[in-house]
Amino acid sequence: MSAPASSNRLVKWIEHRLPIFSFMDHSLGRGYPTPRNLSYWWNFGSLAGVVLVIMIATGVLLAMQYTPHVDHAFNSVERVMRDVNSGWMLRYIHMNGASFFFIVVYIHMLRGLYYGSFKAPRELLWIMGVVILLLMMATAFMGYVLPWGQMSYWGATVITNLFSAIPWVGDSIVTWLWGGFSVDNPTLNRFFALHYLLPFIIIGVVVLHLWALHRFGSNNPLGIDAKGPQDKIPFHPYYTVKDAFGLGVFLLIFAAAVFFFPNFMGDPVNYVEANPLQTPQHIVPEWYFLPFYAMLRAITFDISIPFTGVVIIEAKLGGVIVMFASIAILAVLPWLDRSPVRSARFRPAYKWFFWIFLLDAVLLGYVGAQPPEGIWPTIGLLATLYYFLHFLVIVPLLGMLERPRPLPASISEAVLKPMEKA
Amino acid sequence: MRLSLPKPAALLRPLGLAVVLASGLIAGGTASSLRAAETAPLPPAPPLPEVHWSFDGVFGSFDRAALQRGFQVFKEVCSTCHALSLVNFRNLTDLGYSEEEVKAFAAGYNVTDGPNDEGEMFERPAKPSDPWPSPYPNEQASRAAFGGAYPPDLSLMAKAREGGPTYIYALLTGYYEPPADMTMNDGMNYNLHFPGFQIAMPQPLTDGAVPYQDGTVATLDQEAHDVATFLMWAAEPKLEIRKQTGVKVMLFLVVLTGVLFAAKRKIWADLH
Amino acid sequence: MAEQSNAAPAGHGGHGEGSRRDFLFLAGGTLFAVGAALTAWPLINSMNPSADVLALASIEVDLTPVAVGQSLTVMWRGKPVFIRHRTETEIEEARAVPLSELRDPQTDEARTHDVSTPPVERPEMLILVGVCTHLGCIPQGQKVGQERGEYGGWFCSCHGSQYDTSGRIRKGPAPRNLAVPEYTYLSDTRVKIG
Repeated sequence: MSAPASSNRLVKWIEHRLPIFSFMDHSLGRGYPTPRNLSYWWNFGSLAGVVLVIMIATGVLLAMQYTPHVDHAFNSVERVMRDVNSGWMLRYIHMNGASFFFIVVYIHMLRGLYYGSFKAPRELLWIMGVVILLLMMATAFMGYVLPWGQMSYWGATVITNLFSAIPWVGDSIVTWLWGGFSVDNPTLNRFFALHYLLPFIIIGVVVLHLWALHRFGSNNPLGIDAKGPQDKIPFHPYYTVKDAFGLGVFLLIFAAAVFFFPNFMGDPVNYVEANPLQTPQHIVPEWYFLPFYAMLRAITFDISIPFTGVVIIEAKLGGVIVMFASIAILAVLPWLDRSPVRSARFRPAYKWFFWIFLLDAVLLGYVGAQPPEGIWPTIGLLATLYYFLHFLVIVPLLGMLERPRPLPASISEAVLKPMEKA
Repeated sequence: MRLSLPKPAALLRPLGLAVVLASGLIAGGTASSLRAAETAPLPPAPPLPEVHWSFDGVFGSFDRAALQRGFQVFKEVCSTCHALSLVNFRNLTDLGYSEEEVKAFAAGYNVTDGPNDEGEMFERPAKPSDPWPSPYPNEQASRAAFGGAYPPDLSLMAKAREGGPTYIYALLTGYYEPPADMTMNDGMNYNLHFPGFQIAMPQPLTDGAVPYQDGTVATLDQEAHDVATFLMWAAEPKLEIRKQTGVKVMLFLVVLTGVLFAAKRKIWADLH
Repeated sequence: MAEQSNAAPAGHGGHGEGSRRDFLFLAGGTLFAVGAALTAWPLINSMNPSADVLALASIEVDLTPVAVGQSLTVMWRGKPVFIRHRTETEIEEARAVPLSELRDPQTDEARTHDVSTPPVERPEMLILVGVCTHLGCIPQGQKVGQERGEYGGWFCSCHGSQYDTSGRIRKGPAPRNLAVPEYTYLSDTRVKIG
């Protein structure tokens, strides 16, 4: 990256016709001042971007070797593992990359929840994020079907069947999704086409996400706006090097998984080829879907008008609604949480409820992995209720009733004062 | 940021109404669709034994002698009923055999090829590039031969079951007389580690079942251990390369991250 | 990338400070570049022929069914290979042609030995890649009753190229002789192509 006034003739020639160098300088260099106090929790956005690139690179190379036909899909993946040069590495990176993509994005979201990054004026930035999450979930779901293992097939069957819960048009929609009367070759083929397509749509939304980010710049751990240039530092070199270091740490953990525990987060049963005549004992989605799966299964009762037995919403539809609502509710969070204070550092009560929420989400994930027997359905229902209670009741109430701690006067003051004392 | 907020009390009424409405609807709902859990009174599955494998750990590798013995066990016992169709004969050079030995071994098997110029399918000796032929042309033929049971393809078995090679070893050594209170179904055998404790496969291995050529004593334990090692290789022939590459990658990343950490501290030094 | 100065003025470190920082950047940048290259290579290499494709890169052919005067066609690397057991007349005809008459001058002797050291010469066995060097059609002449052209070899019906009994181009638009693949005689009756 060069300063706008470059003596390099080639740079000047390009810059005059396509102002890419000043754009880079403006968005990453001296032209993009960033709060000076960002912690390592702010690394996860750039990490998510890197993982997206890794997934697309490995994905395109895998797509060159994969056959999206029910008779050949499973074997084509095994061919990648055994015969394609470094194919095992491509596959394991792509497979574990999906999990790490969700780990990174969930942490990125939790950072947003804790520090109030979703609050005005960053509401659209947050909503773009929710859209990216939805696209990621669709992409991951379809991607998991492609190896055509037992869990691929049965997971696809269970989740596509959900849409039959939609009143009147549900069955037609499911037939339309399947391209037939069950999950079969047409389904696999279209899932492959869409799985290839969606990541590029994600890129588009990421561009919007970054554009919205640059409008007001990053939030910071104190949650207070910068008062002047002394509160900020240029993104390059401070945050480029910090992001690079964070990337190194991330890659260490990622490499440990890919090379030494590649099947840790997966299900062994997916190494058995899909068999439409035999359902596995426990159908379990990948870990990143477990909390939502738990919420889906939590609704086991129909909702009907009392004393008439007329069912308004049957249990299956109730579960679907609750599952989608759990993500949709994130999108309206900026309007549910009206606290004038952004960061949980200065919101002692909210801080407690944040951690309880996190525990609830983890609990939901655990419930999602259990067979729906014994105490688990009850716990699942209670945890689901609490999830919605958090967003619909607790957070709004806290916004109104909580007495926050006094905010520091400025970022620099908060950062520099303790050093002067030292 | 908004500074004027509605009075908390104003929210209570609509909130209370919502709660009453919701519980009314739920209570008026039809019976829960929770399945009555019909659990048969089976004892829980015993834990898998602790087994040490040469390919365990960061520096794990395949014990070539064990691979060859396991290959012999598979060839002489298992391959009568089980397929290994994801393994090509040429892959056997991984076990330490030469190309000539592999070519000769492959030629001992027949595969169907064709159609020839007369339009007929014909049998020919296998080449190294062919996959190990399945004992049965398809699943249905297999089930017909085994009274409904289907010996699964073992190519991925070491990755397709919880516990992997340890599970395979435990299963092969897990045959016992059924306990007194257990009624066995027709033709089933009692196995401690198979889900449900009843398995259609009779005990395949016994002491001395496979005469080892390298002098190792062929106990049931040894045979099970060796064939499980072989099956782990069959499921993941790239295991060794994966771990070796992993070590190099981790070392490189440690150095790179270290340098980046130093660079970060350097750049940020003037701010602190 | 040109170095960018920091917003806050750097400390007035001496040469030691500056060069240590430069070293760090150099080391970091180099490691990153090396890492990128080491990562990129396996990805690019994954597009090279895989093990199962390479396993079919050579085939072994049993020559016993090919009697004198007969031709055999086998598939190798997705293309047909013509194996012709030539008669004495065909060999003499091929060897009598002066090189000046050939568009792509090659002696018949040069086209009938294998790649082992020392090369095994078998003038009666002609092994060629059966793809016309013009635009890739498969020339006729392998089966009984097919056109062999004026020179007794092969005739390509697409645009009229004609090859002689050594598979050399004699007439028509093709620029080169039919290609001779690398092959090795494993025995009197077995040849490994590729």
